[in-house]
Amino acid sequence: MLTYILRRLGLAAVITVLAVTLLFLIIHMIPGDPISTMLGPKASPEMRAALEARMGLDKPLIAQIGLFFANMLRGDLGMDVFSNRPVTTIVLGQIPYTLTLILVSILWSAVLGIALGCYSAVNRNSLGDRLTGVLSVSVIAVPAFVVSLYSLLLFAVKLQWFPAIGAGEPGDWGDQLHHLVLPSLAIGLSWVGYIARLVRASMLEVMGEGHVRTARAFGLPERRITFGYALRLAILPTVTVIGVGMGFLLSAAVFTEIVFSRPGLGKLVIDSITTRNYPVVMGSVLFSTLIFVASTTLADIINAILDPRIRAGK
Amino acid sequence: MAVLDIRDLSVSYATPRGPLKALRNASMTISEKKITGIVGESGCGKSTLISSIIRLMAPNAKVGSGEVRFKGENLLARSENEMRALRGTEISMVFQDPMQTHNPVLTVGRQMIDIQYRDKLSKAEKRKRAAEMLALVGIPDPEARLNQYPFEFSGGMRQRIAIAMALMAKPSLLIADEPTTALDATLEVQIIKRLRELQDEIGCSILFISHHLGVIAELCDEVVVMYAGEVVESGTVRDVFHNPAHPYTRALLECDPGHIKVRTRNLPTIPGNIPDLVSLPSGCIFAERCDKRHEACEKRPAMGTAGPGHHAACHLIAERETA
Repeated sequence: MLTYILRRLGLAAVITVLAVTLLFLIIHMIPGDPISTMLGPKASPEMRAALEARMGLDKPLIAQIGLFFANMLRGDLGMDVFSNRPVTTIVLGQIPYTLTLILVSILWSAVLGIALGCYSAVNRNSLGDRLTGVLSVSVIAVPAFVVSLYSLLLFAVKLQWFPAIGAGEPGDWGDQLHHLVLPSLAIGLSWVGYIARLVRASMLEVMGEGHVRTARAFGLPERRITFGYALRLAILPTVTVIGVGMGFLLSAAVFTEIVFSRPGLGKLVIDSITTRNYPVVMGSVLFSTLIFVASTTLADIINAILDPRIRAGK
Repeated sequence: MAVLDIRDLSVSYATPRGPLKALRNASMTISEKKITGIVGESGCGKSTLISSIIRLMAPNAKVGSGEVRFKGENLLARSENEMRALRGTEISMVFQDPMQTHNPVLTVGRQMIDIQYRDKLSKAEKRKRAAEMLALVGIPDPEARLNQYPFEFSGGMRQRIAIAMALMAKPSLLIADEPTTALDATLEVQIIKRLRELQDEIGCSILFISHHLGVIAELCDEVVVMYAGEVVESGTVRDVFHNPAHPYTRALLECDPGHIKVRTRNLPTIPGNIPDLVSLPSGCIFAERCDKRHEACEKRPAMGTAGPGHHAACHLIAERETA
């Protein structure tokens, strides 16, 4: 198990290095000049040269990448162009909001989706199964920002059950949770349908396998066969999909944070792109990448815990 | 006394073309502490027969008529819960493919402990019993191997585990559905020998399904020959194999590579195919492929007696008596 985890973490490190290098090159290729943005059009050539030297922009590209990694390892992602605060501090301040939003969304949608998927598989072709199927496909087809806007109109403006903007009072858990309901509904809704479909399909496949027939031939209770024997296997593809899905959740979070005026990584990216605040853009995209790599790695490790064949590398 | 007595069992499957009559008026008796073999080619109704004995049938299967009497009680009249109480305790099964038999993500020990869920024993006692069973089927170091997963065992080992699990509750009847077909010949012999010893020790009856005539001859006391959903011949292995009364049995024996003494380029086959089970021929089911076919075969033959305890469904038996 430990070998597997170490191997998987090593792979994650390699992926991170490649992704960050690519990210650096993309930013580098974007037209526009950070020096002019920072100093304005009236800067003297001496001032420009001084800032270029300070930011390391006068060095060759490969040295710049090396410097970037060296700084990254020290936790230094540069300074905010406007406020002159460290980018790391700014981004780290926003991450908890986005992470909470994503985790709450995926948690409720996974619980509901898995339950619905199991129900559909066990009661295959029943009215409930058909209804779940139609509803699943419908919610998959609706984008998160549409759900955001309509839930905002209905639950916040019309019914006034939930607040429309913000993330709640810091330190007040109840209030923060209250503020999370609508955004996490918007992000999670299509995932409920997606996970329900996925779990149904893999449950049906597993239920048709020989070992389930064996369990039945030994008279094991049907409930134990479904949840103890079949679901243990049928859950594996779902774990992988959720791990990879964190990328989509991050982009869904961008829209949702804007619609609900929530602080968070997504809102930070949009705000800094519109003001050409490159160090902050770079910093927030970097952290999104880290979250994505971490979640896929975590999904693989969870799968290895659930499936001994993966641990053994078979 | 008979452990299992199947009387006139008919089972059909609903298909878009109409009911597929997979089993028609099948009757057989499984004697106590005896090993009964069932032979027949693919599609002869072997699988339908065993799935209707333990009542784990496909959703589109329907029992048309008949009785499955287990220790005198008709199983087809039992409720699903009563049936479940019987599975794994009184009647247990060993399946064909040992690679598919066990749950791949649970340890062998966990699965062996789980099937004892009815017994009021501590987990340690159940574990001890599981280890004893593994030792009995010839798995070395059973205590440690209980912590391993199915993929850490070879196919032969897994089939031994399957047999250990099936015999753990000391059932009255063990149904083995081609348990050695997926294994190589050396392992087949080992497993057959072990099965015979265990049957002797536990004193259960075995219903052994196979298309390997040599295995049936080696292991079984009695044999039932099935063709296209019907029982065509039954009797002791000695009678049926040495003095086959049905042309199908004779043809089957002639096709067995173990019986062929002369060097040949092509192995013999029975010409033709099994009839369409949705629209059946009106006469004898085997007539189309039979080399002894004559006018009488336009009518369905009744089960005739070829000798004491030796029966076959062929007109030739009655004709031989009258002649």
